[in-house]
Amino acid sequence: MTEMNSKPQGYWQHLVIDWSADKEAFKVNWGKVMMWVFLVSDTFIFSLFLIGYMNVRISATEAWPLTSEVFALVVGGEHIPLLLIAIMTFILITSSGTMAMAVNTAYQGNKNATFWLMIATAALGFGFVGMQAYEWSKLIVEEGIRPWGNPLGAAQFGSTFFMITGFHGLHVTGGVIYLTVVAIKVKLGHYDKKGFQIVEITGLYWHFVDLVWVFIFAFFYLW
Amino acid sequence: MTHIAIADQEPELHHPRTFIGKYIWSQDHKVIAIQYACTAIFVGLVALMLSVVMRLQLGFPDQFDFINPNMYLQFVTMHGMIMVIYLLTALLLGGFGNYLIPLMVGTRDMVFPYLNMLSFWFYFLSVLVLLASFFAPGGPTGAGWTLYPPQSILEGTPGSGWGIVLMLASLAIFIIAFTMGGLNYVSTILQARTRGMTLMRMPLTIWGIFTATILGLFAFPALLVSAIMMLFDSVLGTSFFMPAIVSLGEATDYEGGSPILFQHLFWFFGHPEVYIVALPAFGMVSDVLSVHARKNIFGYRMMVWAIVIIGGLSFVVWAHHMYVSGMNPYFGFFFATTTLIIAVPTAIKVYNWVLTLWQGNIHLTVPMLFAIGFIFTFTHGGLSGLFLGNVVIDLPLSDTFFVVAHFHMVMGVSPIMVLFAAIYHWFPLVTGKQLNTRLGMIHFWGTFLGTYAIYLPMHYIGFLGVPRRYYALGDTSFIPDSAHALNANITIAVIIVALFQLIFIINLFWTIKREPKSRINPWDAASLEWHTPDVPPRHGNWGKELPTVHRWAYDYSVPGVVDDFIPQHVPDSDVTYEPGYDRTATGREST
Repeated sequence: MTEMNSKPQGYWQHLVIDWSADKEAFKVNWGKVMMWVFLVSDTFIFSLFLIGYMNVRISATEAWPLTSEVFALVVGGEHIPLLLIAIMTFILITSSGTMAMAVNTAYQGNKNATFWLMIATAALGFGFVGMQAYEWSKLIVEEGIRPWGNPLGAAQFGSTFFMITGFHGLHVTGGVIYLTVVAIKVKLGHYDKKGFQIVEITGLYWHFVDLVWVFIFAFFYLW
Repeated sequence: MTHIAIADQEPELHHPRTFIGKYIWSQDHKVIAIQYACTAIFVGLVALMLSVVMRLQLGFPDQFDFINPNMYLQFVTMHGMIMVIYLLTALLLGGFGNYLIPLMVGTRDMVFPYLNMLSFWFYFLSVLVLLASFFAPGGPTGAGWTLYPPQSILEGTPGSGWGIVLMLASLAIFIIAFTMGGLNYVSTILQARTRGMTLMRMPLTIWGIFTATILGLFAFPALLVSAIMMLFDSVLGTSFFMPAIVSLGEATDYEGGSPILFQHLFWFFGHPEVYIVALPAFGMVSDVLSVHARKNIFGYRMMVWAIVIIGGLSFVVWAHHMYVSGMNPYFGFFFATTTLIIAVPTAIKVYNWVLTLWQGNIHLTVPMLFAIGFIFTFTHGGLSGLFLGNVVIDLPLSDTFFVVAHFHMVMGVSPIMVLFAAIYHWFPLVTGKQLNTRLGMIHFWGTFLGTYAIYLPMHYIGFLGVPRRYYALGDTSFIPDSAHALNANITIAVIIVALFQLIFIINLFWTIKREPKSRINPWDAASLEWHTPDVPPRHGNWGKELPTVHRWAYDYSVPGVVDDFIPQHVPDSDVTYEPGYDRTATGREST
């Protein structure tokens, strides 16, 4: 390294040297690096799903159903567009808040608070999936929408909707299981020696799932 | 924050005690690597057999009753898919990646061995599902390895029922397997290197595997997404890729889908896939050339950046596979430009390989012969790529045998030459025995000359306009008789080359059974993997303490140094210089 450091260097060269200088490229546990790489890979999956959705929406031969009407709830005899989805989004974003608090308490060593905050996060996630199930059943039973067609217009509406929200719902379900397992292991003291970074790693995944939802929300419900 | 640097502070390593724990559901990266390699080579042999049957039909149409048009298409499809994904990707990354990464960067295992184990078993499952399609009603899919809709799921195509579903399911399982393995490779290389093993001291093999794995993690999602969408089209009757279409005289229920969307998604995966296969091969061939020429690799840093730049560019060239698809013709400008730009870093690599050989002390060992053979086949395959990368030349050549010859030279034969080089090179590390040289020489010359006997005439047939994937040409007036004669010649060459591969298989068994133990590090390689306390390395790889790395992996024939090479873990203080040699004169103190 002596030879390298003796040369005059600019910012980028310094960056290259920083990255290549040690046995660990990032000053974090490998688990966190692995989760980040996985999330970038998963980002590609969701991005491609959304790009595919945009493509078929543009090329669909029939009219796209009016989202403000399809996704409306009838409360007290009045159509309120996007009510259910607003509640679902609110719940999911709240769960990100409780997750962040769980990470904080974990690093403070407060296992009990961490456990309950993670369980709360999982419960909110479970609530989200439950509402999604309700939404699906409403679309399937009341509106007659199927993956292969729907009475309101383009068949691709149902196909993309069920595919993408379904794939996201599976991520949330997986996250709920993951959170519960980690929460219980925190409670049982499995991480007392290893450190509580696992809580942050779980949190990374959970925030990612939330972030993806924001995009799905924007592209599906607001477009 | 409790921060466990897994490299050397891991409390203690658990050594498995049961037979199953050691050899079957093993978490040792070396065992997993061998499992990956054996499975991949097995399916590779299946795919080789398929290509022989396919060639029999092409070379001698109407002679063999047991090949019907459906089977021909199915064999073409399965040959392509198996070779690209289940053999090359799995063997290069799952096999060599698993074996070499921990040994070359100096760690005891992958960072997450359990996930690594799951990776292999998912791969194994994907192979089973794939092979199951041979026994499914209707047989495997015959859609061609690109699986283009609408034909891949319409009834006229063989295997449009079970075959395509099993194929897509198998691909999805493979992608899960690859993701689990790939996360391990990337995290291990980034976070678990031993003391002194900086990124710029890693052997190029590791750089190639690392970049290829990242490409895989970003490109396989496109295949997964398109596989899921096509599965829905086929099973649920959605219309992602299916336009309104008439099939066998009847209108289908599909409406409004976009077949070109599939092509974009497929090639957004498919092009990086070429480099997922090529980059590890580039890396390994660099190491083999350097070791057997007793000379450091020429332009190490340039080689690293070339790998990284090729990896980056490979994501913006995909539509050069689609010039005739009906996409907006203006795209052709962009994608032809990016495609030709890739030739620059690739050419740098080829020049650097040749310059590594220049004035080297070349040992024409079997691995070296395969490595030099690779330079030839890769250059030839790459040059025909320049033709196909240009829209105007590609249009008439599209879907002819010229394309078949091009991609077989560049991503079929070339990586396989490197794989053979690598197997001959690292076999003494894996088993402690050196593969029989005489059999190896026969294998090399048969394979190297044989591939030219196959693919050179194929370029010519392509220029004549003979289309690919046709079961029989019949009385096609524009194709001269000479093309038919050449087709027959090619088929004979294929059979001979396939027989030469038997010599390789025999050599593997012969060596394991009969050959004596070779000496440790028989090639006098400087990189870390050859300097474990035991050869073959035991579970945990390094004895009590992890090695410390003091130099790059290419200190061969260093001026003024008595020894022919300096291993990576030898400190400067232990290097013996010739008496009277002035070290400061060269300005070279440590690299």
